[in-house]
Amino acid sequence: MPKRTDISSILVIGAGPIIIGQACEFDYSGTQAIKALKEDGYRVILVNSNPATIMTDPEFADATYIEPITPEIVAKIISKEKPDAVLPTMGGQTALNCALKLEEMGVLKQHGVEMIGARADAIDKAENRQRFREAMDKIGLESARSGVAHTLAEAYEVLERTGLPSIIRPSFTMGGTGGGVAYNKAEFERIVKSGLDASPTTEVLIEESLLGWKEYEMEVVRDRNDNCIIVCSIENVDPMGVHTGDSITVAPALTLTDKEYQIMRNASINVLREIGVETGGSNVQFAVNPADGRLIVIEMNPRVSRSSALASKATGFPIARVAAKLAVGYTLDEITNEITGATPASFEPTIDYVVTKIPRFAFEKFKGADNHLSTAMKSVGEVMAIGRNFKESMQKALRGLETGLDGFNRVVELEGKSRDVITAALSQATPDRILHIAQAFREGFTVEEVQAITFYDPWFLRHIEEIIYEEKMIGAEGLPNNAAELRRLKAMGFSDKRLATLAVRSVGVAGGLGETQAKRSGLLHDALRAMAGATSEDEVRKLRQKLGVLPVFKRIDSCAAEFEAITPYMYSTYEAPSFGEPENEAWPSDREKIVILGGGPNRIGQGIEFDYCCVHACFALSEAGYETIMVNCNPETVSTDYDTSDRLYFEPLTAEDVLEILRVEHSKGTLKGVIVQFGGQTPLKLASALEKAGIPILGTSPDAIDLAEDRERFARLVNKLKLKQPENGIAYSEQEALAVAHRIGYPVLLRPSYVLGGRAMEIVDGDAQLINYINTAVEVSGDSPVLVDQYLRDAVECDVDALCDGDDVVIAGVMQHIEEAGVHSGDSACSLPPYSLPQDIIDEMERQADALARALQVRGLMNVQFAVKDGEVYLIEVNPRASRTVPFVAKASGSQIAKIAARVMAGEMLADLPKIKRDLDYVAVKEAVFPFARFPGSDPVLTPEMKSTGEVMGIDRDFATAYAKSQIAEGSVLPTEGTVFVSVKDSDKASIVGPVQQLVDFGFKVIATGGTASYLKEQGLPVERVNKVAEGRPHIVDKLSDGEVALVFNTTEGWQSHKDSQSIRASALEMKVPYYTTAAASAAAANAIVSVNADELEVRSLQDYYG
Amino acid sequence: MAFLASSSAPKGATGVLVLADGTIVWGKGFGATGSAVGEVCFNTAMTGYQEVMTDPSYAAQIVNFTFPHIGNVGTNDEDYESRVEGAVGCIVREEVTRQSNFRSEGEFVEWMAKMGKIGLAGVDTRALTRRIRLSGAPNAVIAHDPKGNFDIDALLQRAQEWPGLEGMDLAQRVSREHQEDWEGGYWRLGHGYGRASRDAKPHVVAIDYGSKDNIFRNLVKAGARVTVVPARTSLEDITALKPDGVFLSNGPGDPAATGEYAVPVIKALLDADMPLFGICLGHQMLALAAGAKTVKMHQGHRGANHPVQRVGESWGETRDLVEITSMNHGFAVDGDTLPAGVEQTHVSLFDGSNCGIAISGKKAFGVQYHPEASPGPQDSFYLFEKFVGMLG
Repeated sequence: MPKRTDISSILVIGAGPIIIGQACEFDYSGTQAIKALKEDGYRVILVNSNPATIMTDPEFADATYIEPITPEIVAKIISKEKPDAVLPTMGGQTALNCALKLEEMGVLKQHGVEMIGARADAIDKAENRQRFREAMDKIGLESARSGVAHTLAEAYEVLERTGLPSIIRPSFTMGGTGGGVAYNKAEFERIVKSGLDASPTTEVLIEESLLGWKEYEMEVVRDRNDNCIIVCSIENVDPMGVHTGDSITVAPALTLTDKEYQIMRNASINVLREIGVETGGSNVQFAVNPADGRLIVIEMNPRVSRSSALASKATGFPIARVAAKLAVGYTLDEITNEITGATPASFEPTIDYVVTKIPRFAFEKFKGADNHLSTAMKSVGEVMAIGRNFKESMQKALRGLETGLDGFNRVVELEGKSRDVITAALSQATPDRILHIAQAFREGFTVEEVQAITFYDPWFLRHIEEIIYEEKMIGAEGLPNNAAELRRLKAMGFSDKRLATLAVRSVGVAGGLGETQAKRSGLLHDALRAMAGATSEDEVRKLRQKLGVLPVFKRIDSCAAEFEAITPYMYSTYEAPSFGEPENEAWPSDREKIVILGGGPNRIGQGIEFDYCCVHACFALSEAGYETIMVNCNPETVSTDYDTSDRLYFEPLTAEDVLEILRVEHSKGTLKGVIVQFGGQTPLKLASALEKAGIPILGTSPDAIDLAEDRERFARLVNKLKLKQPENGIAYSEQEALAVAHRIGYPVLLRPSYVLGGRAMEIVDGDAQLINYINTAVEVSGDSPVLVDQYLRDAVECDVDALCDGDDVVIAGVMQHIEEAGVHSGDSACSLPPYSLPQDIIDEMERQADALARALQVRGLMNVQFAVKDGEVYLIEVNPRASRTVPFVAKASGSQIAKIAARVMAGEMLADLPKIKRDLDYVAVKEAVFPFARFPGSDPVLTPEMKSTGEVMGIDRDFATAYAKSQIAEGSVLPTEGTVFVSVKDSDKASIVGPVQQLVDFGFKVIATGGTASYLKEQGLPVERVNKVAEGRPHIVDKLSDGEVALVFNTTEGWQSHKDSQSIRASALEMKVPYYTTAAASAAAANAIVSVNADELEVRSLQDYYG
Repeated sequence: MAFLASSSAPKGATGVLVLADGTIVWGKGFGATGSAVGEVCFNTAMTGYQEVMTDPSYAAQIVNFTFPHIGNVGTNDEDYESRVEGAVGCIVREEVTRQSNFRSEGEFVEWMAKMGKIGLAGVDTRALTRRIRLSGAPNAVIAHDPKGNFDIDALLQRAQEWPGLEGMDLAQRVSREHQEDWEGGYWRLGHGYGRASRDAKPHVVAIDYGSKDNIFRNLVKAGARVTVVPARTSLEDITALKPDGVFLSNGPGDPAATGEYAVPVIKALLDADMPLFGICLGHQMLALAAGAKTVKMHQGHRGANHPVQRVGESWGETRDLVEITSMNHGFAVDGDTLPAGVEQTHVSLFDGSNCGIAISGKKAFGVQYHPEASPGPQDSFYLFEKFVGMLG
């Protein structure tokens, strides 16, 4: 059946900002879908509030709306654009929920818009727990014993059937927000309440616990002819009880016989048929009792999902592209498999390797948050690795995580500990459980014992045990000096670094002396090397090279080599076993090539913004005629899509893995160079290893980047340029830190050196707080100093992005932050152009940026952060590389700055490239999005430590409207009436009067705590005093909990008041009351409330803005 | 080619694959010791190695598994497709890992030894697959000696002297010797195999050219009573069983060779308007009986992910539907040689080769692929219902 001709325009709904449970996989799927639809000549209209996405690049859709994804706003887009159809299956739960709501509101019917990809009824049937269960009963599939509850009383009735422990899942939430496992009644009550609250339909499903059962996922695609295929099966290594997004998973399923697998396959297809998913991809999850194979359906997602992105990358089958084609009427047999170029999409990919996914967490960012994994997803990113066996795949994934692991690193806290301590550690589902398992084997636990505690399948445990056994052998005997043996070890996935660590141990110098000596040079080191085989990563590499133990590259071809693959999508492996010259399928070309190193797993501080830059580098350099080669290990990304670059290596971003790729690419054609400045800190860390290996680095030199990060070198440059920095100093001990702080004067900003995302930064106001920070937050020693900066309280912070080709400097954008300096720039809302800065200040910042770019010999992108206080410009920091703001600036200005930068890095001059638009007749506001709701117990306050997972953009004629849109897009519903609670620090009291007055005039009631209340009263404002928590009840938290407060302005000064007010912010968060923790943001919010009528917001496409 | 043609065993090598062109692939032997000759073919299925190894269609073949981990789920007493000779050996990438599955009754390594099959582990099976894709399925000898002593010259000579599958009638070798009233029902989780009712109607006589048991279980599931007869059963003996329909099974070897004695019987049944259903080799010989020709394929189709499309007017609304099928064939019906009166009903979407025929005016059809699955997708069970349905 050919494509439909009765529709000609299609609205695609995106997923909005990156949040936990909904990350860049939906940019990947949306981008694929838009490309697929455009290919067929459809007019595509896109709505997505996330400016950091590739899909919102204006050249993809015909009309791109960076507008809030709310039913009201999308209805306006529909009424303006009059699309024939809406495709809601590419934007995660956000898009599905929005489309359902539009259907409910009658908007779709009113404008004659057809929902394609999934019908409203099918979505409801899949998502409504009761209907889903009835559907499963109908087709004879077992569900867990369960019941639906809308109240706590109903929940207790259900509990009688399910018993404890029981699992609570709120309806219609993504990533299981608000759900969990309850082991006792108190827990049960707490989770049911939070679940009812999180669910838009105030509904939870309570289920019998299947803890310890095996968990599987099937990725299914169905077309309108009822052709069904399974793209991939996924087996969770973590058994039931941990959200699949937080579980380590492998593909394909490894512990099912064919008979069991076919039961699951048939069941999956029957589920799609019964639910009524007529076209597109879905994901069906199963639990299997390991004792008897009893199969239970957990849930299904009638849309592309995180798992389908993983399945696509794992098999080479582009699910989103295919699903988009199916949605417009094609059938599977009519779509070509783009990987082989010869076979149709109607087949089931078969793979000849093992894929492992490990999630990445960010608990360290959220002090006080519980790091136990449960049914609510908490991970912020993931790594995928491919190997020819489970061991190789798993160890590659561990090192690709970039959490400091080289493999199964030892867990020092458990070394030599009692069996009870280790058993306790194993019984906890935490991010480190896999490492605890390995450590348990080191401590003498057996597979059976570990299995009994963790419920991991023994198949996986035995492989881990075998790895540990090999580690012990290396630790005892050093490295083998023959190729076959060394290759055998490498084929198990051991990194060179891990082998070096283990080999050094073989020398057996007590107390880790061997490890210390190994780092030095001289006779002792030589002796050590002779005994161990190698003592460092470099030496292991040299040993491998000497013995000819090199990895080969195999292709991901969706067919296990049955057909020729035309798409070069590759992974490395050590073909140890054939005892001969292993076959290498890399086949590098003879073209002039540029390698772009990606950013690895998403984490807070390094996410989609950097992938956006890498993707743009690929596009730009490809346009310029180079062969582009991408290296990355994050399955969620557009950069790892098969058609983003000319060649794709799905590999960990470690020096070892990257150097092996470069060795092969270097062997033919011309390697023009490597781009390390676009993927965040990950590839930058590899720069020195690459330079040492003689690999040309394109763009700004790593030395200049280092200069900008090295305090002393940077201070010299700043002095030379006669720029002004906040006072600062370095301390190597507590005493020194106190001395520096006294010299500068409090408040000071404390941070360890070399940071991204501001990890472990803190503002301190006095000695006690400083001492506490030094003792608890960081390790301060001769090797790791702490940096002390003058903290410019209430200064206005700005970001300036610039481009430089060595001769010429172009300013791409100046952004004024809403939150004052001190809040991490990634967490701060900002406006482009600035909304309240005088032109001379802006000119001065641009002049300084220009001078810095020239002085640093920047070739490519540069980001400078300034603080403005009392008309004075202070230089905060310079990053001569791609920064988080690049996509926002590009979207706001309509200029492809990342592409221009990539071409500059390849040697072109700015004068020959497109000009950057600076003269804007509109305002764009970026707002950060936070995951606090996922981490009960953490304080939702903004600090120098970055905590946001994503961003949205509001764009409109003026600042107030753009800001209001950014708040709506971020999820805050700004109230139009009610009570505002105000409690601000002394230094904010003067500046809060205006905003409060505005709200009062608008009809708001004001309540405030002691000091603030008195001050506001003195200023003649009607205000009612309310108790602080410490002042007795009823206090402010009681009022918040009772829903009496509509808006919170709460800023704090100093440590104690900060601690005292935490419960206010926590309950505001819980009650979903919009809260602002800075005076500047409070003012912006008040202004938006009084000057913007949400009902009258207008929508406008980027193409229209750009003109 | 990625293999060293060294004739001296590297340290630790206890197994070897010697191809007729002189290529030598060293590895670790497992399972039975000694040597066996056959054609090397690859199979891309990710599950069902026990079923593959016991499938008589693999007689005289050495299966190169493309999935690297084999042995994960061990072996059990249920997942047999026959109790006669199947594949003579297999080649795997990884050393066989120990099993983990609630149905497992033993380790694959020990099972291979018990079954007299030779395994070779530690081979770049992907490189071998690519070689087969590029230059066709080679004849070879697989050998296993725990001490690592191999007379490579003798093994090579044996590989070279082996005549190959073309022209080889293997059906006789793997077919039942005696007639059997089939008693097995279909498999259900937690229940195992059911038992066939001997009172069921209609009655299907199945000619065993090297059949997979799951075919009979599926016929039973579709409602038939099945009597299995040896490959060389005469027309008279078949007719004497008063069948409502005759099933032509899968099997190994060259359809042209087996066809020498089988095709005349099939032709006679066809002339007598006996309802017929053929699978794989049975399909090929039905085509031969109807006047078509068969050809040896370059690399064969073996795996559990093969798309087959329904073609032709007779399908009505379900025309163009795609079935994901299990396949295992090195010979195929040449679609260009189908005479008038023989309709092509299915084609492979991978290479357009013929995958099904129906004889006009008769209740006779065949498919090249394996609707009985095991291993593989069960999308095509309808064919059993269709056949049994037309007998009523």
